[in-house]
Amino acid sequence: MMDFQVVVLAGGTAKKLAPLVSKEVPKALLPVANRPVLSYVLELLESSNLKDLIVVVEGEDAALRVGGWISGAYVDRLHVEVAAVPEDVGTAGALRAVAHHLTANDVLIVSGDLVSDVPPGAVAATHRRHGAVVTTLLCYAPVSGPSDTGSSAGKDKVKKSRYNIVGLDPTRQLLLHIAAGAEVEKDIRVQKNILRAVGQLEIRADLMDAHMYAFKRTVLQDVLDQKDTFHSIRQDVLPYLVRTQLRSEISANGLHKVEDNANGRVSSQNYVTWMSQHREIAPSAYQELLALSPRSPENALRTHKCCAYIASKSKYCARLNSIQAFSDINRDVVGEASHLSGYSFSSQNNIIHPSAELGSKTTVGPQCMLAEGSQMGDKCSVKRSIIGRHCRIGSNVKIVNSVVMNHVTIEDGCLVQGSVICSNVHLQERVVLKDCQEFGVCSSCCRSHL
Amino acid sequence: MDVRRGQRTVIDPKVRQVGFVPAGATRPPARSHSVPTDACSSSPPAPELPLSGSSLSPVMIPPPRHSSADGLPSLSRSAASPVPIPASPLRRDTVQIPIGSYNPSESVLGSSPMISPSSRLDAVSEFSDEVPTSAWLGRSGSGKFASSFPSSSGEMMTMKITGGGSGGGGNTPKSSLTTASVVKALPGVSEKDRGALIEVQNEGISKPQKQKTSKAERRAIQEAQRAAKAAAKEAGEAVKPSASSGGALPASKQGKVVKPSSQKKDGPQVTAPVVPSEKKVGDRIPDKDRKKDVPHPRMQFDDKHRVEKAKRRAVVNQSEARNRVELFRHLPQYIHGTQLPDLESKFFQLDPMHPSVYKVGLQYLSGVISGGNARCIAMLLAFQEAIKDYSTPPEKALVRDLTAKISSYVSFLIECRPLSISMGNAIKFLKNRIAKLPHTLSESEAKSSLQSDIDRFINEKIVIADKVIVGHAVTKIRDGDILLTYGSSSVVEMILLYAHELGKQFRVVLVDSRPKLEGQALLHRLVAKGLNCTYTHINAISYVMQEVTRVFLGASSVLSNGTVYSRVGTACVAMVANAFQIPVLICCEAYKFHERVQLDSICSNELGDPDVISKVAGRNDLNHLESWADNENLQLLNLIYDATPSDYVSMIITDYGMIPPTSVPVIVREYRREHLWI
Repeated sequence: MMDFQVVVLAGGTAKKLAPLVSKEVPKALLPVANRPVLSYVLELLESSNLKDLIVVVEGEDAALRVGGWISGAYVDRLHVEVAAVPEDVGTAGALRAVAHHLTANDVLIVSGDLVSDVPPGAVAATHRRHGAVVTTLLCYAPVSGPSDTGSSAGKDKVKKSRYNIVGLDPTRQLLLHIAAGAEVEKDIRVQKNILRAVGQLEIRADLMDAHMYAFKRTVLQDVLDQKDTFHSIRQDVLPYLVRTQLRSEISANGLHKVEDNANGRVSSQNYVTWMSQHREIAPSAYQELLALSPRSPENALRTHKCCAYIASKSKYCARLNSIQAFSDINRDVVGEASHLSGYSFSSQNNIIHPSAELGSKTTVGPQCMLAEGSQMGDKCSVKRSIIGRHCRIGSNVKIVNSVVMNHVTIEDGCLVQGSVICSNVHLQERVVLKDCQEFGVCSSCCRSHL
Repeated sequence: MDVRRGQRTVIDPKVRQVGFVPAGATRPPARSHSVPTDACSSSPPAPELPLSGSSLSPVMIPPPRHSSADGLPSLSRSAASPVPIPASPLRRDTVQIPIGSYNPSESVLGSSPMISPSSRLDAVSEFSDEVPTSAWLGRSGSGKFASSFPSSSGEMMTMKITGGGSGGGGNTPKSSLTTASVVKALPGVSEKDRGALIEVQNEGISKPQKQKTSKAERRAIQEAQRAAKAAAKEAGEAVKPSASSGGALPASKQGKVVKPSSQKKDGPQVTAPVVPSEKKVGDRIPDKDRKKDVPHPRMQFDDKHRVEKAKRRAVVNQSEARNRVELFRHLPQYIHGTQLPDLESKFFQLDPMHPSVYKVGLQYLSGVISGGNARCIAMLLAFQEAIKDYSTPPEKALVRDLTAKISSYVSFLIECRPLSISMGNAIKFLKNRIAKLPHTLSESEAKSSLQSDIDRFINEKIVIADKVIVGHAVTKIRDGDILLTYGSSSVVEMILLYAHELGKQFRVVLVDSRPKLEGQALLHRLVAKGLNCTYTHINAISYVMQEVTRVFLGASSVLSNGTVYSRVGTACVAMVANAFQIPVLICCEAYKFHERVQLDSICSNELGDPDVISKVAGRNDLNHLESWADNENLQLLNLIYDATPSDYVSMIITDYGMIPPTSVPVIVREYRREHLWI
């Protein structure tokens, strides 16, 4: 399909999200608005007519679970191959493991925890248009943290790690520098030759790397082969490619290797891509190239392009990579980015499953979701929260800004605010939870005041 | 192509050959551009002309065909009258022609000096005679598509399934894929397939759907037309053996097809006449050839109905700009900035498009590739890629299917940016090569032969042509010259650099203009190579011109009346140079020549993004027009091209030598068939 292959990196049991994910619930299946987070990516891809996907999952068990869920949910809709890779190989390792399945010219790599409505085609098209080696999707990070609760100290930290320091050319198409916000201490280093080549470098700190990359397959495979130590796409491969874009070792070496293997045909391919690349820079360069072509084009192949596609601010884009992000995304998906959830909202701007039972004088505010089989007692109040399946909630319970997963029991008089409550938790009477982001699995709690 | 022979010696006999063209016809006085009656009075008697002329815009010169058709009213009416107007779109077009709808492509043919009135009339009547046939062709085509559809899609499915199976089952050392979900009905694939087919089908069907006449009616029409034709033949006794007109003009017809007009609709129609004309010999061929003589009207973008229709077919989201300058409403103008993101986001939905073609389209749209040669090469290379990856679907002939494919690619490229004439010629060449493929060739042989044809075209028509032009032009540069050039032309750049390498002492005056400021890049390259340059904007042209000794200009195209169609501003530069009596040398490869005749830059032009002329980048204090785009009283005009009358052109340097502008038709006529078609 347009010579693109799609790899979804669905991760495994991420440690960062420790209590939320477990052996039973790998990261990909973490419910966001009562739907596994992976479904958002799959549906985004499906809406772009990308139906042949490779999903890479860390760990055999997790792979089985993810595969089982996909085959249940997407039979007849998608053609998904699930590959299991050992745990802790990192994103680069995961790609190494499936590299031999990649045959298309370019590979689109999407992180499985992306919740977004940015069309992947836009990234792919930008990639193609520039003939880039790698194109990454940058987006304006959504507002972090709940707006009405003040945990500013923690928020800053979260923010820092989510944003990236990005260097762009004046046209905002070429990616000249990238560093994760958290890694930057005080100063960033920018290569002089890049600066000289572009003339002007725009450094921005308000953009987030959304983990949707389009890679040229040969380059990606070469980098993965040659740099054994590379662990992560984001932290190793992408910065490496960006760093070396003007003194490209990889693409030159790689392409020459390919040329040796299959003479003639491939070299003419190179010739064409090279031609197109250079025509962009100098419109009249094509005849220079014909003059040069008898010689091997190694000098000219020393550069490669790294591009960025910046999603417009109106698009929603978030990654579920922290617990804060988890509650943010949950809030947004039933709130401002409600078109992503795929549910139809009631006139009160909330979703209440018909099988849910509400007691008398119980109010469910806007931007809430109440899944099937949940029961609520009297005089409860739910605001901007998501309540999972088959929860039992007693009377006089207040739930604000929280995510309550499945099969949770909350007894009378509890107050839950800004918290995430995992599945099968039992909260006994008059528990007060405030900003408690990871409430343990299967633990039960009595009268704790946190 | 003897370069050493002097200019006059080459040209003179040829000029005499073209001599049947009166000088006044090929080179109308510049004054007549805005005076329609002037032009009309020079053409044959036209009783109804004031009437038809009144509907025209004052600057448009009605094509002589009107007058000729009106001059023989009985014939043209007898051909037209028995036909109910809504019979078919084709029919409607032919009916409209005598009524006086003005189409640039029509005028091309109508005013083309090569056709005598009689043959022209003959062409009209022949054409109408062909209507039922073409409709029938279209129907049969669609029927065939429909019948072949299920089987082909079924095969696709099985192929896909086995492919998936092998992919999953391939025992690979590293990690094997387990198929989690398989699309049972494979809706994606079938949909994809169907999408492609529907598109093709649409092309085929569009005609029969609109044709609502019954069989008897059609027969009646046919009879009437036949009678009319016979009458026409008797009347115009001097009907030429159609070899001369019919031979020279299919090219023009094919050229028209490439135009944005009704490209998709024409797709099968182009292929249809080409293919059978090879198999069926005899009296059909001249018919078909002559049918091609009647050009298809170009899409007029002020015709709301047709624009709507075209929009529905369009791949690229085209929202039309609102405030367009009155005179240029017939040209497409879209709100820039809306197309690219939309097309990009649809990247994966456009299955029938080959990735390389898509890439080139994106590059046109984003302006990454510009310039006639660069665009042409990019397109040809994309087609080469597409041909390499092409495989004939079952039950289809390569010749037909590939031509249809190329046509669909071309229409996509047109949506991204209107074609340049050089590209039109290249497409013509490619389609011609496809049509002329021997049937004995296997698919791979045919493909490799086409690929090498494309390579050869690029090499011979562009690269070597440029070298020859440089060789010619350098002889015109003397020590101490001050050369003026405008904008950024690749050939002129090569000439200047080569002359510099030869050690000639000269200075370059580089004239540039907003908003593209293409000259700056050229200036950068020239100065880097050590040339002595003066850079100025076109506002200062009358001052700089005083010291200049030669003007070298590039061209997008040279038309057969010697008009040079080039970057807007070229005409101004040439005119000023002419006023100062400084020779103007146009450097243009012969593959950019076109048999069209154009007197103004209105009827065929391209509109750029109006925003770029209203905004000054980096000068916020000058942006007085910000957010004025919706003001009804403001219309912004950003023209891309203009036409330089041949009066201002001293010489055209081309790969066939240095010629006066009057000799362009000779090149077009004499060298086209043997050389361009190789």
